[in-house]
Amino acid sequence: MKVFTIIAATLTPSLASADWETNMPIGVTPTSEIAYDIHMLIFYITVVIGILVFGAMLYSIIYHRKSIGAKPAQFYESTKVEIIWTVIPFIILVGMAIPATKALILMEDTRDAEITLKVTGYQWMWQYEYLEDDVSFFSKIDDESNKARQLNSGIDVYQVKNYLRNVDNFVVLPTNTKIRVLLTANDVIHAWWVPELGGKKDAIPGYVNELWVDIKKPGIYRGQCAELCGKDHGFMPIVVKAVPKTEYHKWVSIQQNNKVAGNK
Amino acid sequence: MSTDIEKLDDHHHIPSGIMRWITTTNHKDIGTLYLWFSLIMFFIGGAMALVIRAELFQPGLQLVVPGFFNQMTTLHALVMIFGAIMPAFVGLANWQLPLMIGAPDMALPRLNNWSFWILPFAFTMMLSTLFFESGGPAAGWTLYPPLSLQGGDSMPFVILSIHLFGLSSILGAINIIATILNMRAPGMNLMKMPIFVWTWLITAFLLLAAMPVLAGAVTMLLTDRFFGTSFFTASGGGDPVMFQHIFWFFGHPEVYILILPAFGIVSTIIPTFSRKKLFGYDSMVYATVSIALLSFIVWAHHMFTVGMPLAGEIFFMFTTMLIAVPTGVKVFNWVATMWKGSMTFETPMLFAIAFIVLFTIGGFSGLMLAMVPADFQYHDTYFVVAHFHYVLVPGSLFGIIAAVYYWLPKWTGKMYDETLGKIHFWLTTIFVNLTFFPMHFVGLAGMPRRIPDYAIQFADFNAIASIGAFGFGLSQLLFLYILLKTLKKDVTAKDKVWEGAEGLEWTLPSPPPYHSFEKPPRVE
Repeated sequence: MKVFTIIAATLTPSLASADWETNMPIGVTPTSEIAYDIHMLIFYITVVIGILVFGAMLYSIIYHRKSIGAKPAQFYESTKVEIIWTVIPFIILVGMAIPATKALILMEDTRDAEITLKVTGYQWMWQYEYLEDDVSFFSKIDDESNKARQLNSGIDVYQVKNYLRNVDNFVVLPTNTKIRVLLTANDVIHAWWVPELGGKKDAIPGYVNELWVDIKKPGIYRGQCAELCGKDHGFMPIVVKAVPKTEYHKWVSIQQNNKVAGNK
Repeated sequence: MSTDIEKLDDHHHIPSGIMRWITTTNHKDIGTLYLWFSLIMFFIGGAMALVIRAELFQPGLQLVVPGFFNQMTTLHALVMIFGAIMPAFVGLANWQLPLMIGAPDMALPRLNNWSFWILPFAFTMMLSTLFFESGGPAAGWTLYPPLSLQGGDSMPFVILSIHLFGLSSILGAINIIATILNMRAPGMNLMKMPIFVWTWLITAFLLLAAMPVLAGAVTMLLTDRFFGTSFFTASGGGDPVMFQHIFWFFGHPEVYILILPAFGIVSTIIPTFSRKKLFGYDSMVYATVSIALLSFIVWAHHMFTVGMPLAGEIFFMFTTMLIAVPTGVKVFNWVATMWKGSMTFETPMLFAIAFIVLFTIGGFSGLMLAMVPADFQYHDTYFVVAHFHYVLVPGSLFGIIAAVYYWLPKWTGKMYDETLGKIHFWLTTIFVNLTFFPMHFVGLAGMPRRIPDYAIQFADFNAIASIGAFGFGLSQLLFLYILLKTLKKDVTAKDKVWEGAEGLEWTLPSPPPYHSFEKPPRVE
């Protein structure tokens, strides 16, 4: 990793903002935590299998080479061994399938939500509608990022705050509340994804998909469209601002009074 | 070979110059054509990959506009899958199948000629769309509607070229099945066939089953766009997700079309250089058949996020996990073949060993992707890009390169430069990992695929991946140099080039005569 750092340091303009994040975020919702747990479980299982298989290969490469006088053995089949290495992986798979299925059932259970947020994808912005509270607004990439991202804009993107991950109107959501997110689209397929809130779902014209979030920690969480939706697919950020319930209700009443979405 | 037969040989009139290649019905000539075509396409698709990586070297847009970037990702995939990997395997099949089963040629030589000569036209048409005012296809190689229906003038051209190379693949598959089932040397029953022949037989059936499905899907796109149907447009009562189901019903068998012949190659090379018979030949055959059958019931794992019912998600998760079993059997059998062998490490063996290790890493990430709860995070990120490049580049492509090094001395009678071959191997292997390994990290950290620009927290690993990609691309020029250098050499290779090699092809002289096995050999 050190070598990489040196190579990168000499070749990238600024390492000050370096972020060597290598893993999935644990996130702030039950679903993101489940996804992380399943991810780590299967990761460790594959690491153990990898060590065993590659270890056997490496041993063989070192000790069974012609140059040190190894003579080829004459075995070339064994039904017993074949059965063993068919059955053992199968058992491991069953072991993985059980927690994964449990997690999946939980993730897909959108019942008993307190708030419904309807998200509609457009080329290239999002519309958010709070169905119970009659609040609705559009949200698209902020002007600063949008100027900087033009071809040869001459703007140093490292100087842009939250480059490509900032929007004009934040989605404000209450913490510790089960929120059902309905997803659809008006033109092509998009996908709504904020990694720290858990998985993504596609927003498809003619379909209403759903997922749920229950944000445990106030904060600002950033994501972006995750399904190719045309030329500005890379410029469709999502910003969720999670606030305590009382603050959320205040925000809602301001929105209802203004009927405008200047929520920043 | 008796003089009579050699005289008979002379009766065949072989035109010289370009007409020899245009009119040829000889499996060796057609195999050569396929392989050169595939190499050209590999460099074209590679150049597109380098445009992508150059743009992604730094955050911000420096080189191309987003629309053109999308054309590059789309065409890179189409060119590499249908223009480089598949024709390379068909080229290897053309050269090797008749030599390995003791047949004089393919069963349907004229069809064989046609299968090949469709390809240059198909790809010329597809690539010409880049020069259209509205540009080439930009909706991704998966052509998902409604986005693909928004495309410019390129769309009907791309669809017609997909039809053409689909046709070429189907004809090729028919020819391969006919050859393998009818033209084996006396005594070579199915369970005595070389494993490469087996994997190609199964691949050919997959092609026959899958390619027409793709043809149907793209034809429906075409009529949606031009003839007012609404198969896939929601506003007309159609269903955009149905396209994805149909596409991936083709797409998943296609994934195995791209890897099974490489399994066959590795299963041929590992025993040769371990000087030991392939461990568990029967179980290798059964594992290949199971993988092929399973490939038809796992397609929706490419689309876990479209909002399928829970039961559907669970079904496709289980079937996908199940594929790990026969795939695991293959890897274990390869390791068992190496175990207590007497190994040497010539270039084909190095590529084959790297194949096992790196393909297995791609298999591991594949298993992770099968876990639906985690896939909701992985889906459509660079983690997926890392996964499928690990199985396609150090997987399929390493298999092809290994096969070329392995059989080139047989085909040409000329030995490649072993030192250069080893340098090519090490450069390729180091750079391939430098390119694709960091993609796991940015994907997990939240970078979606198919974006021309990214938030700055992804900058460093992207810079490394770009350096790796250029290193990988340049290393392949060394491969081209090695090939050209070999072709200039004198014929010196032995008939049995490799000490541990087994099979009928090694009983022929190097290079084999233009028409080999006119009299079928007997297999004991």
